[in-house]
Amino acid sequence: MLKLPIYLDNNATTQMDPRVFDAMKPYFLEIYGNAASKSHPFGWAAEEAVDYARGQVASLICANEKEIIFTSGATESNNLAIKGVFEMYANKGNHIITLSTEHKAVLDACKHLEKLGAEVTYLSVGYDGMIDPAVIEAAIKPNTILVTVMYGNNELGVIQKIAEIGAICKKHGVLFHSDATQAVGKIPVDVLADHIDLMSFTAHKMYGPKGVGALYVRRKNPRVKVTAQMDGGGHERGMRSGTLNVTGIVGFGKACEIAKADMSEESTRLSGMRDRLERELLTLEESYLNGNKEHRLPHTTNISFKYVEGEGLMMGVKDVAVSSGSACTSASLEPSYVLKSLGLDDELAHSSLRFGLGRFTTEDEIDYTINLVKEAVTKLREMSPLWEMFKEGIDLKSIQWNEH
Amino acid sequence: MAYSDKVIDHYTNPRNIGTLDKSKTNVGTGLVGAPECGDVMRLQIEVDETTGIIQDAKFKTFGCGSAIASSSLATEWLKGKSIDDALNIDNMEIVEELALPPVKIHCSVLAEDAIRSAINDYRGKNGLEPIESTKIHH
Repeated sequence: MLKLPIYLDNNATTQMDPRVFDAMKPYFLEIYGNAASKSHPFGWAAEEAVDYARGQVASLICANEKEIIFTSGATESNNLAIKGVFEMYANKGNHIITLSTEHKAVLDACKHLEKLGAEVTYLSVGYDGMIDPAVIEAAIKPNTILVTVMYGNNELGVIQKIAEIGAICKKHGVLFHSDATQAVGKIPVDVLADHIDLMSFTAHKMYGPKGVGALYVRRKNPRVKVTAQMDGGGHERGMRSGTLNVTGIVGFGKACEIAKADMSEESTRLSGMRDRLERELLTLEESYLNGNKEHRLPHTTNISFKYVEGEGLMMGVKDVAVSSGSACTSASLEPSYVLKSLGLDDELAHSSLRFGLGRFTTEDEIDYTINLVKEAVTKLREMSPLWEMFKEGIDLKSIQWNEH
Repeated sequence: MAYSDKVIDHYTNPRNIGTLDKSKTNVGTGLVGAPECGDVMRLQIEVDETTGIIQDAKFKTFGCGSAIASSSLATEWLKGKSIDDALNIDNMEIVEELALPPVKIHCSVLAEDAIRSAINDYRGKNGLEPIESTKIHH
């Protein structure tokens, strides 16, 4: 029996895996020590749990456990990486290279640093959301200290050529940070093979708890350091003070262990369902896939249904939780800057839906979603003046619109 | 954001969707908004030329649920009204009726603009001066 509503917004967050919850349970009431308390068994038990989790997290990304800095989430990790590198390597230079399609946690951290004297290059991506690594190489200057490029895009699912970009950074002696929030746990990520120096990721995108994330900080070739952005007890090798969220960290570790064990099978299952959903929805006239089709996360698809407005469409598919690049869904009233960065017309950006499948998505849910979206698009087009004009062969660009 | 029951009702069962023959002299058409802004409303009225009463009203809207509901409600209110009374429909009445939240007030403004634009189209076709919009929107 199908349970409504259906959750297809797994790029926003995921449902916790019950196995993760089970692992966390003892750490709420029974094992409550402070992992930094070195003088008694309460602290030792907590420290042991954190160490174990650190190993689970490191193992997922092919890192050493000493290279994992626990944070409150990917936003904090991104801030710590970018601001921390800018401060730590100030004597080396002040230039940072990033992409216009990055998450706000990266873009706004960069904007903040511009006020403090940083020079930031925001590179545009191609129509498919990809950046040509050669474009990054061409942007590197003698004063460049950091390149920061997202691993898999949150809105499109597009995966950048991270290993190539990493190799370029290594060749030029520039640090490379990747916001891998959407990628870690979904696809194999190897910080060594990818030449990544710093990497942000979080538990709640991979069926773990909210409020805990990590920053990978390379310890060898080169040894990377970031200036702490919070002063205090000097936890996490002095890079991130604050009592460790032991319960969350235990959950994060378990989530990483499960992700690693199930990844191959799970990504095959998810991409199969995603492809079916996508194929069916693209049979609708005037519907378009956004972003590169090949270099993509297995669980994400972003489709524009032309002449239908995204928020109106979401209301029509209210039994399915998705997200839209439409203006009306956000407080800003601007359509998605990621979709606009691809060079998409505002009109197409307003018409987009993002589907994010997850571990608990079923084939029945996909069937239901296909039918519901098809019905809603058809119904809304019947009441869309733009659809009528399109059908009459009127070029919408020839109309003098009175923008309000 | 949760929608009010009335918005959901108009969205689910929109009143008066359709197209009137815009070439007829007693049909006024208003097309407002822009695709780039994510809102386009087309509102049409058919006027009984002897009485000046709006005998039919139709709409088509590209936009969010509140925009669809605002235009659907507008057509309901327009039918049976004289042109002069129709001009008195205020966007804040739409806001109240549909319980629109502040971020959706622009949908009601757009509906009021569409009414005005349709009436002016009708007036223009019948050799009358357009009504200037002197009102400051809320």
